Amino acid sequence: MAAKSSLLNMALCLTAVCLVCAAVLGITYSVTKEPIEAAAVAEAQASIAKVLPEGGTISEEMTSEAEGVLGYYVQTAADGSVSAYAVKSVAGGFGGPLTLMVGVLPDGSIYNTSVLSHSETPGLGAKCTEEDSHFRTQWKGFSGRLAVTKDGGDVDAITASTITSRAYTKAVAQAVALVKSLED
Amino acid sequence: MEYLLIIVSAIFVNNIVLAQFLGICPFLGVSNKLSTASGMSLAVCFVITLATVVTYLINKFLLVPFGLTFLQTIAFILVIAALVQMVEIVLKKVSPALYQALGIFLPLITTNCAVLGVAINVVSKEFTFGGEAHMLGLGEATVYAFATSLGYGLAMILFAGIREHLSLNEVPKAFKGLPIALISVGIMALAFLGFSGIV
Amino acid sequence: MSKFSLITKGLLKENPTFVLVLGMCPTLATTTSAMNGLEMGLATMFVLILSNIVISLIAPVVPDKVHIPVYIVVIATFVTVLQLLMQAFTPDVYKTLGLFIPLIVVNCIILGRAEAFANKNGVWDSALDGIGIGLGFTVSLTVIGIVREILGSGAAFGFKFISGDGILAFVMAPGAFLVLGYLMVLFNKIAKK
Repeated sequence: MAAKSSLLNMALCLTAVCLVCAAVLGITYSVTKEPIEAAAVAEAQASIAKVLPEGGTISEEMTSEAEGVLGYYVQTAADGSVSAYAVKSVAGGFGGPLTLMVGVLPDGSIYNTSVLSHSETPGLGAKCTEEDSHFRTQWKGFSGRLAVTKDGGDVDAITASTITSRAYTKAVAQAVALVKSLED
Repeated sequence: MEYLLIIVSAIFVNNIVLAQFLGICPFLGVSNKLSTASGMSLAVCFVITLATVVTYLINKFLLVPFGLTFLQTIAFILVIAALVQMVEIVLKKVSPALYQALGIFLPLITTNCAVLGVAINVVSKEFTFGGEAHMLGLGEATVYAFATSLGYGLAMILFAGIREHLSLNEVPKAFKGLPIALISVGIMALAFLGFSGIV
Repeated sequence: MSKFSLITKGLLKENPTFVLVLGMCPTLATTTSAMNGLEMGLATMFVLILSNIVISLIAPVVPDKVHIPVYIVVIATFVTVLQLLMQAFTPDVYKTLGLFIPLIVVNCIILGRAEAFANKNGVWDSALDGIGIGLGFTVSLTVIGIVREILGSGAAFGFKFISGDGILAFVMAPGAFLVLGYLMVLFNKIAKK
């Protein structure tokens, strides 16, 4: 059973335990640091590749002050011209922030979109993550008015999830606005 | 205006017990009687707000500048444990009456995941309160923590009221105790779903 | 107690979810699908086994008055190790379970087993106890996950076998309470016969 407590052994014991634990954590941290960074890079690469045409080289992440834009990547073709942009854009959805990766071509039309993170209602707003749904496929090559049909635009909203659809559309619109300002 | 949205959102829409599932153990454990439930709510309210402010500052001025955010979990739980002890000692000296009321609940709070949960959420999650997604500032974090704990109290007191009535009714043997309590919470949570989308 | 019963007691007699009613937060929050429940169960089991082993080793030399802080530091260390490992090798799972990984620290099952078992039993028995209780927790979470996934989205482990949407409420918060409540009733009926 437990040893008797005295001030000395309590202090010693706590110090020893904290030291050992700190050492264990320090070692684990330094061992896992590289894989964690690699995983984050791989994830970013995969999400960019999903929304851009194949080929070309992708730049490092760049920052922007534009509203709702977290960062963006530029894809350049072999001849050095800009072939597409991938923009990380966020808007307030139904349950919290909805973060998208939006692939935009230099002419302002959309190549593809993907959801990076969301907290929408399962079965309703969360349908925006289903890649083969009509809501998602309509974005491929989209160049119409960026608003849901209810608000006079060309985006078909997800049934019973207008707020999510609006947020999604807003995030895409932010990305397009950034690309337009970059192209000008 | 934004503070109002934070408060409504934290109390009703994202109620900590009914929508986020934090602090369920004490929620089920001490909601038998209205009086203990309100005592616990008060104690939790006190500790969540205080702990969130302290951990927020520690995160901002110690962990982030030194690149030690991976120590967040361990640092926060130690701070919370120490804080609870301190609150207990101070209360005992300063306000014996309040200590009498909260005393037995305080040690239980260290392992209440609502406290750690709110502390971690506040420093790691982005929030949208009507406007753009952003990390919370100290003022917002404090209001959010306080409102969240009010939501905890609300759910707890409502549920204790229901439970006092439940105990007077005949329920089938297999349902007695926790099962019927859980099912009642489920129905309560259904009612709270009606708030979603307000903010 | 025999070695075998140390492992099996977690499934029925001392089932952490349905009998001891511990660790309710992750039980309710992460069981939106069978897979999530299973992953959360395994993550908790990892911490439980390691903390049981270490605590049974150090318990004899830890002074009585500081044993709780010492145990919490040990548990928090393993949770952080788990967090780092998951971030490195299973980032997707880490993202899904989110907040509930760090919250394993305050899961009462772990501190409860440390207090009730590991600090007065040997290393070997404590490890088995960790496996047993961890297994019970994992199985319970997976079962709740399966029920919620079937009712909520007509699927199990991601394989959809009922077309259409299912009853949404079961994927959301209220369903968690209802399913756990009714499963507990079922458990009482079967176990107490």
